[in-house]
Amino acid sequence: MNRTRMLAALAAPAAAALALAGCSSGGSSGGGDTAAPVTITWWHNGNADPLKSLWQDVADEFMAAHPNVTVKVEAYQNEDLQRTLIPNALRSGGGVDLFQAWGGGELKDQVAAGYVMDITDQVQDEVEAIGPTVSGWQLDGRTYGLPFDYSIEGFWYNKDLFAQAGINGTPKTLDELNADIQKLKDAGITPIALGAGDKWPAGHYWYNFVLKDCSVDTLKAAQSSFDFSDDCFVQAGEDLQAFIATNPFNDGYLSTSAQQGAGSSAGLVATGKAAMELMGAWDPGVMGGILKDAAAQADATPPSFLGWFNFPGIPGSKGDPTAALGGGDGFACAAWAPPECVDLLKYIDSPDVQKRLGESGAGLPVLPEAASSITDPNMQQVLDGLHSAGYVQLWLDTTYGPTVGGAMNDGIVALFGGNATPEDIVKGMQDAAATL
Amino acid sequence: MTSSAIATGSAVSAGPVRVPGKRRDWRGGLMLWGFAAPALAVFIAFVLVPVALAAVYSFFNWNGLGPLVRFIGVDNYVRALTDPKFLEAIGHNLLIVVLSLAIQGPIAVGVALLLNRRIRFRGLIRTLVFVPYVLSEVIAALAFKLLLQPDGPLDGWLSALGIHGDKPLWLADQGLVMWTLFFVLSWKYLGFAILLMLAGLQAIPEELYEAAALDGASWWQIQRSITIPLLMPTVRIWAFLSMIGSLQLFDMVWVLTGGGPVTATTTMATYMVQYGFQRNQLGFGSAVAVILFVVSLVFALLYQRFVLRRDLAGAITRGA
Repeated sequence: MNRTRMLAALAAPAAAALALAGCSSGGSSGGGDTAAPVTITWWHNGNADPLKSLWQDVADEFMAAHPNVTVKVEAYQNEDLQRTLIPNALRSGGGVDLFQAWGGGELKDQVAAGYVMDITDQVQDEVEAIGPTVSGWQLDGRTYGLPFDYSIEGFWYNKDLFAQAGINGTPKTLDELNADIQKLKDAGITPIALGAGDKWPAGHYWYNFVLKDCSVDTLKAAQSSFDFSDDCFVQAGEDLQAFIATNPFNDGYLSTSAQQGAGSSAGLVATGKAAMELMGAWDPGVMGGILKDAAAQADATPPSFLGWFNFPGIPGSKGDPTAALGGGDGFACAAWAPPECVDLLKYIDSPDVQKRLGESGAGLPVLPEAASSITDPNMQQVLDGLHSAGYVQLWLDTTYGPTVGGAMNDGIVALFGGNATPEDIVKGMQDAAATL
Repeated sequence: MTSSAIATGSAVSAGPVRVPGKRRDWRGGLMLWGFAAPALAVFIAFVLVPVALAAVYSFFNWNGLGPLVRFIGVDNYVRALTDPKFLEAIGHNLLIVVLSLAIQGPIAVGVALLLNRRIRFRGLIRTLVFVPYVLSEVIAALAFKLLLQPDGPLDGWLSALGIHGDKPLWLADQGLVMWTLFFVLSWKYLGFAILLMLAGLQAIPEELYEAAALDGASWWQIQRSITIPLLMPTVRIWAFLSMIGSLQLFDMVWVLTGGGPVTATTTMATYMVQYGFQRNQLGFGSAVAVILFVVSLVFALLYQRFVLRRDLAGAITRGA
């Protein structure tokens, strides 16, 4: 723990206690001191700093302000949490109270089964303050969770390697991107790192081609109808095939993982072995964590050479060239969680915590009033991208839910491996939708 | 799981020991059931009930959330057995069964024969051979995953040995990855096979060797006519364990390759997790689990009936 971090840790609880004093006095009508002890189990995916210590600080502050509440915070690896731990806990009807919720089709299934608390009435102020991004956590006008960050993905690139290859500026069209890839190859640099072993990072290439090939209306319609008959979905696969054929990825990308260790795609970019990767706004934080582990330096930071640009548009296609693919992280309370769970959720989305989230560089806060807190140059670039996007689409696998989304990702990985055609991806999704 | 199921089931059905006198018969039965009850309760709660529940789930379209309401008959089974990806996964399991028997078996017998001779450092070598089996599968798989990554330690050693140029993509090449997987599995389980064979060798009476030596038999003749035939019961038991392990293979594959790249190393168990749990289709996943159970059970029963019969005569087949 370095000095700034220690000072921040000391100063934060004081500010938080002040903030909390205001909100708790309204809710607990004088019975605060004698309230029965409750325990809130909180599961999140921030298993690396700065997010990990931020959430721990938040939990400690919440406990300090609510003496009857014990918050048990557990950080888990993202895929384990989302695919295994949360579904199993919800099925068993306990074990977790406040859990990570990514919105979209997955939350819809959980709500339909009655596992998620309806918090509409308690969080009206927060919903109003956050604005339209909260819609991914709402169903039929009811609110079932709150996002704490929302951001878009793009290429994180190494400015030094781009300069070394003689590339000026960032690509605005697919042709320019292809030209830059060729320049990098000519300079002996691996252009793109891809962790297709985890499947979803490969999937995101297809999502982006869909986003740039399909009209906004087609995308919106497909969300609820699972109608993928528009030609643009096949076109996206064909464009992706042509892109893969230029061989822009690291060796062995089919078995590379995305975030674990120096050999992962994030690790390859962080250590300067590849020039860029297509990834969400969490990537600099992941890279910082990898550098920290690899170099055993407690104060390692995200690499300073990073720049960001959105997936380039395809001139002549039906898609919006400025459209962006993104998503958020949020939390939801389980149906059986104590009422204090909602208070903790509201505290997470309070201006104070939101600003600290922005300052930490771990994500883009959803509260507009916290936007000014973003000092990290990497996050500022993503924020600019978000503001200049004509349309923002939630991750396609999140939107379509695990069944259709899983079939989609498997089909895309098979296309990467040369075992499937663009038509196979669409057919796999339609077949999966038919089994719902 | 399957083998223990059969053993336990038969042991219970063997019934009370016959002793003269009604009263003692009654007490003997009570004592037997009393001693068997804890094991029986655990067996029912954690083996029979889950299997039965999975069988029930397999007839429903169920995403794991909420009540079971959408009964769809055998649709899940039809879907699994007509899915080329599931058939491919079964093929991978069978390939590993065949490779294990054909390659690991002879190597294990050979190494055991060598280690059964008086050689220097025999104790040390025996221990080293067994070390991989002691490691947890997940740790072994993670270690190999790190060793085998492109430009990883293995490629570095190969370069240091003077083998330059592009190395094979051990885990990313769809044509190669099954062999990589089989190598890692063999590394992991050969030690266990060798240990079994060594134990089998110890059980062969010394007198036979003395008699053979008096008759002037050579080392090779002794191995061929005495050691190998008398080792066969052990080999048959090992083959049984190896087959069941290969059919239910999961941990190593899941950590090392996740069934990939694409579908190059899927097994029935990874298919079940991927399509059942990860896609929130627990009804379908249960159908796959039932198929996996039936396949293993059929293998186990056929093997016991036709191969293990004479080895087990009197033990669990009641002298039949």
